[in-house]
Amino acid sequence: MSPEQTHIIASLKKEILSMGGIKTPAIEASFAHGLSFMQAHFPGRVFPKGAMHELLCHQPEHMAATGGFVSALLATLFKTQGAIIWISPVANVFPPALKRFNINPEQVIFIHPKTTTQTLWVVEEALKCHGLKAVVAEVNGVSFTHSRRLQLAVENSNVTGFLLNYQKGNPATNACVSRWQVTTAPSQKIDGLPGIGFPTWKVELQKMRSGKKGEWMVEWNGSNLQQVNETMVHHQFDLIKQAV
Amino acid sequence: MNKRYLGIWFPYLKTDWFTKRNTALLYKPVVVFSVSRGRMVITAVNNIAAQKGIAVGQVLADAKAIVPNIHVEGDQPDFFDSLLKKFAEWFIRYSPLVAADAPDGVMIDATGCAHLWGGEQEYLDDITTRLKALGYTAKACMAGTIGAAWAISRYGTQQIIPGGHEVTALSPLPPVALRIDALVCDKLHKLGLYETRLFLQMPAKVLRRRFGDHFILRLQQAMGYQNEAITPVVITSTFTERLYCFDPIVTRPGIEIAVKKVLDTLCERLKKEQKGIRTAVLKIFGIEGNAQQLEIGTNRATSDAVHIFKLFELKFETIAPGPGIELFVLEVPRFDEHIATQENMWSVEGSLDTPAVSLLLDRVANKIGEDTIRRYLPDAHYWPERSVKKATSLSQQPTIDWDTQKTRPVKILRKPEPITVAAPVPDYPPILFRHQGKVHKIMKADGPERIEPEWWLQEGLHRDYFYVEDEEGSRYWIYRSGHYYNEQPVEWFLHGYCA
Repeated sequence: MSPEQTHIIASLKKEILSMGGIKTPAIEASFAHGLSFMQAHFPGRVFPKGAMHELLCHQPEHMAATGGFVSALLATLFKTQGAIIWISPVANVFPPALKRFNINPEQVIFIHPKTTTQTLWVVEEALKCHGLKAVVAEVNGVSFTHSRRLQLAVENSNVTGFLLNYQKGNPATNACVSRWQVTTAPSQKIDGLPGIGFPTWKVELQKMRSGKKGEWMVEWNGSNLQQVNETMVHHQFDLIKQAV
Repeated sequence: MNKRYLGIWFPYLKTDWFTKRNTALLYKPVVVFSVSRGRMVITAVNNIAAQKGIAVGQVLADAKAIVPNIHVEGDQPDFFDSLLKKFAEWFIRYSPLVAADAPDGVMIDATGCAHLWGGEQEYLDDITTRLKALGYTAKACMAGTIGAAWAISRYGTQQIIPGGHEVTALSPLPPVALRIDALVCDKLHKLGLYETRLFLQMPAKVLRRRFGDHFILRLQQAMGYQNEAITPVVITSTFTERLYCFDPIVTRPGIEIAVKKVLDTLCERLKKEQKGIRTAVLKIFGIEGNAQQLEIGTNRATSDAVHIFKLFELKFETIAPGPGIELFVLEVPRFDEHIATQENMWSVEGSLDTPAVSLLLDRVANKIGEDTIRRYLPDAHYWPERSVKKATSLSQQPTIDWDTQKTRPVKILRKPEPITVAAPVPDYPPILFRHQGKVHKIMKADGPERIEPEWWLQEGLHRDYFYVEDEEGSRYWIYRSGHYYNEQPVEWFLHGYCA
């Protein structure tokens, strides 16, 4: 292929992506450092900002893990800048914990709607707001129609939305660009020292529009998301099995 | 332009006020007292009491001995100060610059006002007649200086002193008319200077040495050689807008048009006066006399009619127009200083206190309630429940750093849940715990981290926190309440889920 042809193909790809609701930033080189091991799975090798992402979490343990992962992701993507709105029916997020994931807790505004209708209304309003960087919403399932409304809202405002879906059972199809599932995983020992290592999660990318599926073991080392050596994890699992 | 000042003195302000409320006192001696150093001392007397020889400063018991049928009322100094302020506001109909002159007078800057009443005499007459109709005795004097107007209204007999004649008018008055200290006054009397004219022409140098700077200042202010200003009362302006409808309104579009119209006019005014709405109340009156009320609040002052309209729009469903609405009244009970044009300058991208974010929060607050929105700041406590406090505004910044020394749970349980635990050695982390019927085998643990309840805030047992990880890799924040003691079972709790 001549360089001209590659250029045409690249621009066509971009056009297709934007039709699918994913806006690639003007300067593609501005991809977030720290997500390089996931890059290949993202459309155009860039994490799609200004889109809706769904994260499944059924148990409170995984809810906490997902909260941690989203915070780490936000810190990586936005470098502690900008206002974040966190919508949850129950006030159970403990702000000081977010600081460990490089989020300034004072930049997070928590909203606690009482009913599902209110929650969806607030999420939609927040996603339309230009002044925000991201909206994190804990929801108990979302219908296709609603997710479509939310996706359209972010396409106009360029806010990044994360739906933490704690609905049990098989998730319904929706219009979010991606679906993730984050579960807790045993932490790595640091230099063989006793105690608990960095927070570690098993991150499954179950769906990514115009991207690829993927699965990683990820830990947050206090400043970066990094992939954990798989063999080490397996080794640990084996050890645990023996112990049990 | 020559300045003109009008001094008004209410010689019987307090007793007049009581008499106004009880006309039976009109022909009785009335005194007002307050308790001072354990004695009841008279602070005001009326005309009749004064004629019978009762004076301010006497002890009430003495006064009762002189005039047994005296009527007695208790003093309320704060109330009379505010009454005087109200008087000052009332006088704004006569001049824009009016000051309350405590304890018993009002000073009006009447420069260029009198001709509107047809002359100074007519101006004065109008004021005194009106005050008399209100039931207050008043003495007024118009002069070219504040000092002269004050002195002559209280100690003189003339009503109008033409400009430049202050010195002549002041001459026969006693020195106390110059608003000077009682001590200096005594000194002047001792020296035989009973009248102002005796020392008006003395050189300032001589007077200053004996009577001090303040005396000279007052003297020169009264004669007009020295400038003096009054502190005028400011009336807090109220923002209200009304809209009468010739035909009763019943439809939603009709209501929307009406509210938009009222808002536009009001916001125009607010912008002009550089104010912004914090709370607005829309009152709707139906033709049958039924009234309804919608109230909205904003997180930061705004004079944006479109935004306020959106907030009201959320509540339009609650309006029951009935047979029709004939009057819309929009009131702004709470407003703040606000300059609309500055907004764009300050909207730094990503900061919290931007118009876009506050507009969003206003909408949310008005739809689902203000208490659902929270923002947290660190507080200087280790006890987890007290380690965060709610921020009062969007712009409030933390005064201390967030504590990141120890791990904290991302999800905290508002009420710690009891768990059963197997711990091999006291003060060691447990080897397993059971929560809601599920056994978690602990593989790794950090701790203990002891947190004491601050005894000056709350009594109770300390907590020993452990950060533990089970065989599935889930991480928990658990604690033991209190010490191990005499084989008694200790209580363990799950307090949160860590990331």
